[in-house]
Amino acid sequence: MTALTDFLESLGARAIGAVHQLGFASHFLLLTLRNSGMCLRRFSLVVREIYSVGVLSLVIIVVSGMFVGMVLGLQGYDTLERYGSSSALGVLVALSLVRELGPVVAGLLFASRAGSAITAEIGLMKATEQLAAMEMMAVDPIARVIAPRFWAGVISMPLLAAMFSAMGVFGGYLVGVRLIGVDEGSFWSQMQAAVDLREDILNGVIKSVVFGVAVSWIAVFQGYDAPPTAEGVSRATTRTVVTSSLSILALDFILTAFMFRGA
Amino acid sequence: MMTRKTLDLWAGVFVALGLGALLFLAMKVGNLASFSAAPTYRVMANFDNIGGLKKRAPVKSAGVVVGRVEDIGFDPETYEAAVTFAIDKRYQFPKDTSAKILTAGLLGEQYVGLSPGGDVAMLKDGDKLKLTQSAVVLENLISQFLFSKAADGGNNKDGK
Repeated sequence: MTALTDFLESLGARAIGAVHQLGFASHFLLLTLRNSGMCLRRFSLVVREIYSVGVLSLVIIVVSGMFVGMVLGLQGYDTLERYGSSSALGVLVALSLVRELGPVVAGLLFASRAGSAITAEIGLMKATEQLAAMEMMAVDPIARVIAPRFWAGVISMPLLAAMFSAMGVFGGYLVGVRLIGVDEGSFWSQMQAAVDLREDILNGVIKSVVFGVAVSWIAVFQGYDAPPTAEGVSRATTRTVVTSSLSILALDFILTAFMFRGA
Repeated sequence: MMTRKTLDLWAGVFVALGLGALLFLAMKVGNLASFSAAPTYRVMANFDNIGGLKKRAPVKSAGVVVGRVEDIGFDPETYEAAVTFAIDKRYQFPKDTSAKILTAGLLGEQYVGLSPGGDVAMLKDGDKLKLTQSAVVLENLISQFLFSKAADGGNNKDGK
């Protein structure tokens, strides 16, 4: 009997803990947004973080986008050829990249490349009491450390997703047109006829902005919330990657359900 | 640590690359060039059956896209589909233009085809097309074919 009550008790404690953390995370996001004025006025703070979050993720985004596009080109050609419609390869590559793969895969890469780095950095700052030292000097760590990283992530993510999609289309072009020999004219013209600026490209950008907010929020929060020990920071880093990947996939489903219900 | 200037330069390169990629997507992939925000005028038409016509489907004349389907509704008095087209102001059509619902390819998407008539007066904003032809519904076509086959079979009892 006690085993059962213990189990129920631990279950309840976990649920309360999760809700508590969610509330703290929301409060933290509100604080970050409220303290963003300083870093937007001193924009060089954000620029520095854009360098470490965006520029340093450039290589992995460009290379993976290229490979994803090339694989789409090969696989798409293989399937479309069976129905004699290999000229629709451009449509397949462009739509799957712009609508789904661009934002989602770029978001997953961004979470593991940049999100984990942000968490580790902030967590380590907390563990070595740099954040506390800032507070002693009457510098608000949320305005000075958290907000610039958050905004750098929000700005970088849509740009990275756009680069991913563009590189993917280019990769698909390389494989489809240059390597396999799909007609170049129909590759581009069918793509241009099928991809809608508002329905497809704008929705993809909206997705990547949402993912950028989600990943940056989770990354800075996990860093700020991390227990100030080596183990705590390592756990927080892992949690950042896991939580942001899951939330990207879940958010993607929700956004897709809203955007592409097939009017 | 890198100096401020190189840092700014790299961030600038990054943002420029990102915006360039967006521009590439908009122009080359999504074809912004043909995305016309040109002024349009509205023309209505009633159809017995619109098949699978959807909003934003192209309106073509002689194969050229001249407009888009703007709205699809149901007319409760005539029990017909009320379709509204937004047609580019650059293209004027005679008053007795007829509209057909056609299919691109055998299984492709449906679009509206406009065949211009010979009237001297041109269509104005809010006008209604009188002559329309409904979408071909495959099931109706098949049942017609089967009925005519059955009728044929009834006539030719000698097994030809």
